[in-house]
Amino acid sequence: MQNPSFKHLLGIEHLSCEEIELILQTTDSMKEITQRSIKKVPTLKGKTVINLFFEPSTRTKLSFEIAAKRLSADTIGFSSATSSLSKGENLLDTVKNCEAMLPDVIVIRHPCSGASHFVSQHINCSVINAGDGINQHPTQALLDIFTIKERINDLKGIKIAIIGDIKHSRVAHSDIMLFTKMGANVFVSGPGFLMNPFISVLGAKICDKIEDAICDADVIILLRIQKERFGNGVIPSEREYAMLYGINMNRIKSAKENVIVMHPGPVNWGVELSPDIMDYNNNIILDQVTNGVALRMALLYILSNQGERE
Amino acid sequence: MKNFLIKNIRIIEPETNTDIVSDILVQNGIITLIESNITPPEQVSVIDLSDKWLLPGLVDIHVHLREPGEEYKETIESGVKCAASGGFVAIACMPNTKPVNDSSSITRFIIDKSKNFKGAKVYPVAAITKSQKGEELTEFGDIKDAGAVAFSDDGKWLSDPFMMRSALEYARVLNALIISHAEDSRICPGGVMNEGETATILGLRAIPNATEDMAVFRDVCIAELTGARLHIAHISTKGSVDIIRNAKKKGINVTCEVAPHHFSLTEKNCLGYNTNAKMNPPLRTEQDRMAIIEGMKDGTIDAVATDHAPHSVLEKNLEFEKASNGIIGLPTAVALFLNLIREYSFSPSDMAKLMSKNPAKIINIPIRLIKKGEKANFTIIDPELEWEVTKENILSKSFNTPFLGKTLKGKALMTVVDGFLVYDYLNLSANS
Repeated sequence: MQNPSFKHLLGIEHLSCEEIELILQTTDSMKEITQRSIKKVPTLKGKTVINLFFEPSTRTKLSFEIAAKRLSADTIGFSSATSSLSKGENLLDTVKNCEAMLPDVIVIRHPCSGASHFVSQHINCSVINAGDGINQHPTQALLDIFTIKERINDLKGIKIAIIGDIKHSRVAHSDIMLFTKMGANVFVSGPGFLMNPFISVLGAKICDKIEDAICDADVIILLRIQKERFGNGVIPSEREYAMLYGINMNRIKSAKENVIVMHPGPVNWGVELSPDIMDYNNNIILDQVTNGVALRMALLYILSNQGERE
Repeated sequence: MKNFLIKNIRIIEPETNTDIVSDILVQNGIITLIESNITPPEQVSVIDLSDKWLLPGLVDIHVHLREPGEEYKETIESGVKCAASGGFVAIACMPNTKPVNDSSSITRFIIDKSKNFKGAKVYPVAAITKSQKGEELTEFGDIKDAGAVAFSDDGKWLSDPFMMRSALEYARVLNALIISHAEDSRICPGGVMNEGETATILGLRAIPNATEDMAVFRDVCIAELTGARLHIAHISTKGSVDIIRNAKKKGINVTCEVAPHHFSLTEKNCLGYNTNAKMNPPLRTEQDRMAIIEGMKDGTIDAVATDHAPHSVLEKNLEFEKASNGIIGLPTAVALFLNLIREYSFSPSDMAKLMSKNPAKIINIPIRLIKKGEKANFTIIDPELEWEVTKENILSKSFNTPFLGKTLKGKALMTVVDGFLVYDYLNLSANS
């Protein structure tokens, strides 16, 4: 396999189309491994991956841990509640101490936008951004595109609607950048106070009416209302949110037939997604989770090899 | 060195419409002669400064000295020396020290201590409210008698309109100046940079222009209501320029200042999560920058003030959201104003007005005059000198500036305060 030029995965903007293709091809190979009865290979034996999660996470943290273990890397978890952070240690010191234990890859989730970018400027091992504040979540975007491509091979010209809290969604930011890079047309819609009027700079078109975003869409991606990021009081009720911006079987009729429905999780059923979507055959939310492991295996593999080369 | 003769220097003094190349003689700290071809008297050092400029000593009315409380960032000593190195003969220091300067005793401490050092003169600004909490007014009368030149709650806008009205009413009768840092941040919780495309690219919470515009507008309304003098600190938006321009037309007693970074840089400087481009108010767009330059041209903006805000790596080498606001500004202000002269056809006389005369008038301290019989208070500038901003030539204890490592054109060479040479970049006085 050819070596990619990137050492870290911080955001989508740093990736070329060739590098994205390489990641997706590698993910394909990894997915094959995950479907075997023995799901473990010795590829990264002797490599160390440190997962630094400064924010609550279930899916992403488990996914990275399983990915590392399936490649036989040693993986160590970390939770901010039990660390020296509660003793006043700052991020840079924490990370430099981790680096001093000579890991190959450090995976970081942090509540501050740009945190992984900041860290990568001060350490030598590879850094993977597992979500930084309201900025980006590049591995989610990559697994999203991998999952879409399993159904729709060519993204050029397809319509993807992203509905919900666009302003505070790192998933939306990375998705918009990646999908438009691959030639898709991205439309966003949501309540006014969760919309960012400047989002077009990333390539998305804003629809004031959700119907305009959904109409003829090939893919619909829902986002959770992240109350922890903007406080209470601005969403009048979950009931009204569901009425105005929730997706149900009736509403997806205006989209393309067999429209794909996705969600980065965790889903609030009955709010952004009606329970009648649970049994919809193109609800591929759990495929996203399955593919997330393969995608992260691919990235760990690529970035660990990168270290070898230097 | 109290006796010296400077030959062939361009002398700029807007008060007397002077812009001539001449010699200038200083004896016992007093300007005794300004004319061509002065014959040097006995025991007077002679310095030829062809192609250099001599301006009335520069005055910066917005500086953060960190003493008392955060002496690791800046002390009164390092601050006045750094100011002198930037060409400033006088600075006004903001009250957000630890403890806050909200009393006559802290005001006196700052003034008394500053007299021990060779550098710019220090004029303290005290807090409007006790501990800058916005709840109880400080003792304006007592503090003013101790030497404070103005009152400001600095980084904290006085959001309660009744308190602001009371402060202005109290200040008017005592002839005290209120300075407002006008930003109503309640509109943008957690904002850390200008709201716009760059904040979207960086995924950072943002601060719209309205944050400042509406606060400036409210302050101007209360100034009109009370008839008190009001000075708005470091404006950054086109909206502020428009509001203040209209207020001045209506005869409202308001002045304002701009920081060099707001007429030199834009939000794009934040790319790469550069915490040395993080400040409050934030760097804005090119449109705002041009409106500010226009406001400086037409007299809407009265003064340039650096908002010199020293921070160490402990506050700056952090996640962007967690880093402190502000940059040091004293060492680079002259070079940045010279850019305006080169690129936007400002004159050296504009520089003297915006950086010396007007700021002195705003805080009501003696203006520095280049005139026979006056004490020597002037700044000598080399407008062409190219110099790299390095940790060695920054005399502050902090190095938080986006210009570190950059080459700038133009620099203060010598600074003379009350007849004393307090800064001499090229050591010219020794070689004469």
